[in-house]
Amino acid sequence: MPQTLLRTPVYDRHVEAGARLVPFAGWEMPVQYEGVIPEHRAVREDCGVFDVSHMGEIDVEGPRAHELLQGLLSNDLDRVDPGGAQYTLLTNERGGIVDDLIVYRLDPHRYLLVVNASNRETDFEWLREREIRGSDVRDVSDEYALLAVQGPRAIERLGVPDAPPFTWQEGELDGVEVMVNYTGYTGERGVELMAMADDGAELWDRVIARGAVPCGLGARDTLRLEACYPLHGNDITPETDPISAGLGWTCALDTEFTGVEELRAIKDRGPERRLAPFVMDEKAIPRQGMPIVEGGEVTSGTYSPMLGIGIGMGYVGTEHSQPGSELSVDVRGTPRRGHVVTKPIYKREEA
Amino acid sequence: MAAAESYPDELRYHEQHDWARIEDGEATLGITWFAQDALGELVHVEAPEEGATVTKDESYGEVESVKAVSDVIAPLSGEIVAVNAKVVDEPERVNEDPYGEGWLIRIRLSDPSEVDALLDVDAYRAFLAEQ
Repeated sequence: MPQTLLRTPVYDRHVEAGARLVPFAGWEMPVQYEGVIPEHRAVREDCGVFDVSHMGEIDVEGPRAHELLQGLLSNDLDRVDPGGAQYTLLTNERGGIVDDLIVYRLDPHRYLLVVNASNRETDFEWLREREIRGSDVRDVSDEYALLAVQGPRAIERLGVPDAPPFTWQEGELDGVEVMVNYTGYTGERGVELMAMADDGAELWDRVIARGAVPCGLGARDTLRLEACYPLHGNDITPETDPISAGLGWTCALDTEFTGVEELRAIKDRGPERRLAPFVMDEKAIPRQGMPIVEGGEVTSGTYSPMLGIGIGMGYVGTEHSQPGSELSVDVRGTPRRGHVVTKPIYKREEA
Repeated sequence: MAAAESYPDELRYHEQHDWARIEDGEATLGITWFAQDALGELVHVEAPEEGATVTKDESYGEVESVKAVSDVIAPLSGEIVAVNAKVVDEPERVNEDPYGEGWLIRIRLSDPSEVDALLDVDAYRAFLAEQ
């Protein structure tokens, strides 16, 4: 069905910069500018900027906002103070993962959820249907632009204060008011800058002027996979549970939230399969959907620009999921050898 | 660094974005600037073995970038007499020099008359313009 693709407030900048644009979750997004590999390296070595304004933002406010979210999100929201943030999951009754997201506590009675673009409507409906008196859920995605500025020199180049991961503060970047979120999806230090949508293009210009390399969704995917961050829709879905996915640490099983009983049961009996990160020992690149010969399939696969080999993740039987376990990926009919590794697949040595 | 767009006059082209340089009953084969640009920086070349045969319009190998994999289609039929080992070790050569160091294989033609069906540079450029 033909459909008009949405464009972020920074769209014109991508066109001017000669980005290659692709449809992604209903948006026309840059997949690369100069190339995935140089962009990936820029983030590992210095500083890159991604327009992630396509991501959804949901505002949950009210005297019972905390109660609502504590009952719907897997992590323990009591551990998040105003100024703090938390990686957490929206779970269904079976313990499946509706979405993964970051919740920012704006003040004692107000939260901002940053969710995957592809799940924006699902998440909003999910929360909206479960709203309780004293909580107000709003989709505010269109009001904001969001730029992820990531890399070992990101904070220095932006001139923002250094702060611990999973915190946020109000700030300003060369005249543009921003919410500075110390979060990201690359495995590097950095921030995600949120600004009013109308200020998005100007914020992009300011960040570029400070030396950040424009990066597209291609590098975002290779970076997150080297860091072993799951991608919703690939590695985690409403049909997969967080215990099997290695996300048990995001589930406060001593609190009550949707699906917690199912998750307690999975934890008690031990998952039958686990999401395992692996690297290839032969020259071959695993891709999503390729069968794993020992059982299961690749949920994410790519070429690691830092390691120069094929890497991936996939669900395998627990007995095959230990680091060092050998596995084979069926690459278009040819079995190719690899082995399970510990998370993350790649981590830069601190200088 | 990727090469600038070009389509040498002396080559023959296939609509699957492959080129052939024909000399003395043999042909050197590779992918065109358009093909490497569409794929992006190559990170893997799955090359066939020397001595194997390739058939016109059929796949004889694969080229992969970070994001995509593509079959490489033989513009002509014949027996493989050389495989460019350099592009197997350094696939980015194809991006840097698609008609030179980035060649893929050389074949001895089994049916030289197949050449007549290939596009000349003007026809290939016209074909690209329609894409």
